[in-house]
Amino acid sequence: MSEVAPYLGKDLVGLQQLSAEQIRAILDTAEPFKEISERPIKKVPVLRGKTIVNLFFEASTRTRISFEFAEKRLSADTVNITASASSVVKGETLVDTARNLEAMRIDMVVIRHSASGAAQFLADRIRSNVVNAGDGRHEHPTQALLDMLTIRDHLGRIEGVKVCIVGDILHSRVARSNLWGLTKLGAEVAVCGPRTLLPADIEETGVHVFSRIEEAIEWAEVLNVLRLQLERMQAGYVPSLREYNRVFGVTRERLERAPRDLLILHPGPMNRGVEIDSDVADGPHSVILDQVTNGVAVRMAVLYLLAGGAPERVEAAKQAPSGE
Amino acid sequence: MSEPARQLLMDQRAVERALARMAREIVERNEGTQNLVLLGIQRRGIPLAERIAMEIERAEGERPPVGSLDITLYRDDLMAIGPRPIVGETRLPPGGIDGRVVVIVDDVAYTGRTARAALDELTDFGRPARIYFCVLVDRGGRELPIQPDIVGRTVEAQSGQRVEVLVPELDGRLAVELRLADEGAA
Repeated sequence: MSEVAPYLGKDLVGLQQLSAEQIRAILDTAEPFKEISERPIKKVPVLRGKTIVNLFFEASTRTRISFEFAEKRLSADTVNITASASSVVKGETLVDTARNLEAMRIDMVVIRHSASGAAQFLADRIRSNVVNAGDGRHEHPTQALLDMLTIRDHLGRIEGVKVCIVGDILHSRVARSNLWGLTKLGAEVAVCGPRTLLPADIEETGVHVFSRIEEAIEWAEVLNVLRLQLERMQAGYVPSLREYNRVFGVTRERLERAPRDLLILHPGPMNRGVEIDSDVADGPHSVILDQVTNGVAVRMAVLYLLAGGAPERVEAAKQAPSGE
Repeated sequence: MSEPARQLLMDQRAVERALARMAREIVERNEGTQNLVLLGIQRRGIPLAERIAMEIERAEGERPPVGSLDITLYRDDLMAIGPRPIVGETRLPPGGIDGRVVVIVDDVAYTGRTARAALDELTDFGRPARIYFCVLVDRGGRELPIQPDIVGRTVEAQSGQRVEVLVPELDGRLAVELRLADEGAA
């Protein structure tokens, strides 16, 4: 009788593997989930009796809390495990941890790890659904999804929208996921940042490259301003924070010269006065807090859709030998 | 094929007359329009609730608020592995449902599972003074002990048949048809 959404598969590892149709299905599903967080009882019985482990090998407050709210609002039981990256570096240990958890009959794992590929590695080896909450420089799919939902909310579309990602593209999984997702949905994508923080082959990917923030602001309808990791300065990628702000900082003065109002996104946490000025972060065109609100809805949508599984893959994983 | 693939059960006039009678029945039972809230169940319950509200306004001079209820997340078959049903919008009228007389409006009463889900969902929104369950067609075949209070038309449909309510907003016309279940969706 009722219409059904397309399968996402067993796991959400990255937006690279998803089709435009699947990405749209997540964004469309997130819409009705927004309303649940406005209810007097912020809970629906979708994942009742399911156990979800939030396995965070890397520090994170907002992503973990956002996932946890999403899980709890879907009535799942949740356990948080935080491990320092230094004590758990080898894949074998990661798999052992996950297998021990599976032996306790869990249903889903949300993983954050400093190693690129950690989410896929885990997804290939356990039966539970795996959601990537950020793996090294690889992907952070739910962040890009909430960015896209926020853009769609405010501009009514993603196709044809000019989005410029500003900052450390080279090390950023947020940038990578955004590049995959936005291009699949037909946005025009550009990047802007110091040459040292852009991938060497960035021009070959077909995105526009701006070396001056003024040009990016003149071109774009949306700026997604990335956090400048302070360790980049220590590693010599940028001379100083002040210098970075002077050349690439998104400031009110720069935005006032733009031919149109720009939508300002930032995945957080912000370095005020470095990549973004307070006037902009708190200004009328900032949608940074909308991103946070949308984050919970997008993660609810992902968990809801993944809970359907892909029967053939779930079966295949069950048949697979457990040895390496 | 000896049986026709589809059969008209109610034409536009018949549906309109049934909705007008259902509207009268709601007002009669509630002894007026005070405190009434109509909640249409996604998707075809919503345009039906709007039409009933219009009929009530025509007769009583006052239009009860209409909201929408999507029961997908309260379905009892979500535990099964399989494609996820698309979730629709839930929007209660301002003021909510606490202490009000809620009329749940759906197109067809069949297994009773949708009504069960709707009752569970409403419990999470508040405590209505009273809930009525109102359908355009009761086709029988209940799997749960839940019966509609207000019914437009009762038909006896076999399990291999489907009762389809068509509304102008989604289907271009107002009618009720009986179809073979294995025929493609409208």
